[in-house]
Amino acid sequence: MIQFNDVSKRYPNRHEALSHVSFELPAGEMGFVTGRSGAGKSTLLRLIALIERNSQGQIIVGGQNLGRLRRRRIPYYRRGIGFIFQDHRLLLDRTVFDNVALPLVIAGHRHQEVGRRVRAALDQVGLLSKERLYPVTLSGGEQQRVGIARAVVNRPPVLLGDEPTGNLDPELSRDIMELFQRFNQVGVTVLIATHDVGLIRTMTHRILTLKEGRLVNNSGGWGPA
Amino acid sequence: MFYTMGQLSRRPLGSLMTASVVGIALALPSGLYVLLENVRAVSRGWDGTAGISLFLRADVDDDGAVRLAHTIQTMPQVASTRWVSRVDALAEFRKASGLGDALEALEANPLPHVIMVRPQTAHTAPEDIRRLVDDLDARPEVDIAQFDLQWVQRLFGIMAIVQRGVLVLGAVLSVAVLLIVGNTIRLAIQNRRAEIEIAKLFGATNAFIRRPFLYTGLGYGLLGGVIAMLVVGSSLELLKGPVGQLAELYYSDFVLQGLGREASLVLVGAGAALGLTGSWVAVGRHLGAIEPR
Repeated sequence: MIQFNDVSKRYPNRHEALSHVSFELPAGEMGFVTGRSGAGKSTLLRLIALIERNSQGQIIVGGQNLGRLRRRRIPYYRRGIGFIFQDHRLLLDRTVFDNVALPLVIAGHRHQEVGRRVRAALDQVGLLSKERLYPVTLSGGEQQRVGIARAVVNRPPVLLGDEPTGNLDPELSRDIMELFQRFNQVGVTVLIATHDVGLIRTMTHRILTLKEGRLVNNSGGWGPA
Repeated sequence: MFYTMGQLSRRPLGSLMTASVVGIALALPSGLYVLLENVRAVSRGWDGTAGISLFLRADVDDDGAVRLAHTIQTMPQVASTRWVSRVDALAEFRKASGLGDALEALEANPLPHVIMVRPQTAHTAPEDIRRLVDDLDARPEVDIAQFDLQWVQRLFGIMAIVQRGVLVLGAVLSVAVLLIVGNTIRLAIQNRRAEIEIAKLFGATNAFIRRPFLYTGLGYGLLGGVIAMLVVGSSLELLKGPVGQLAELYYSDFVLQGLGREASLVLVGAGAALGLTGSWVAVGRHLGAIEPR
């Protein structure tokens, strides 16, 4: 589903954020990208979401070569990706419902369809009762779950999480990870960047370890690395 | 669309203020335009006083004067003629001047026959009148053809200046409206930067993001146009009383004309177009710069 072939990313006047990274995450799998701050985890995810373009190599997502994707097609490509941020980036002047509805409104779904799907997504993250509240009235874990509901409401085949548990305590982090696993179990390809090695060691998924932009370990699937 | 209206109504005071600034900017040139149109209407009613006086040669007798008056009457540029015989003229002069006794001392009537010519309203442009005056002056019976050309030319000159002024003012204030709307939209874009970034990350096309801002600009323009219409309308309403009194003093039935339906539509349309253009420019300049982080 996600395939990197010798991918590098150089910033102007800066070192290589990623150098010669190759890996493949098959459809329906779940994987973690780990490494210290500045190792290139975020950059890797941002390249997949086309927030940035790679300087070298080839990225193929869902059979689509991103290097050949025209600028005008980017919005439609992004509709197939759910993105979750460390700081959740919810719109604070909108209710939970409106925040989660955003991707559906963007994709031009009909009003009733929007309501139905938003409630389904909120139900999945256990926040159905809070749809009328504003994000500031929610706890950190709840806000992150709203962010997840927003990412999955469009039923994208790919979910990307950039340190989604970075601001949460271990117990809440575990809840969030279990939530991701649940989406993975229904066929969504999930890739999550995290430095919380302790947490992901307990789970049986592929772990990509980055160090100064290089892929130093690609432990595939089942069992702790 | 509904979202835009929601945004506009959520900050009613701010939106109303922006629309009011647009409205006042539009009201200035359109108010001047209305006044200019009214001056035009008045000057059209003055073509009677702007007549041409033909002073005939002393050797033309009554019959000759009457015949000439009839001939001139048939010219297409001429609305009507009035013959003032030298006898009548003397009597009138005697009455008006108060020089009765002094005039008695004269042996003969020194005054010539006069024919007053009123040009057709379609021929009151300065060049047309000059041509007509030259034409009449060339007739053998006519001594002098006199027309207060300067006065009419000056009026037309002033009106041309005012007209040009309305155009210039309109252009300048249109630019002002563009800037006002553009700046308001720019601020709105900046205020919603986070929202735009998120929307782009979740696959919003530029068209989708542009739309509410364009609607907002259109809304400001439309509302501004309507406000301008109200401002001009109420200002004219305030002027109506004094203008009516003045007209009465001149025995005129002149009534101050309003904007009229067509000009009102043009005004609101211009407001809408300016609002849309202003927001289009702002959106084009500032939206592209926002890409998700």
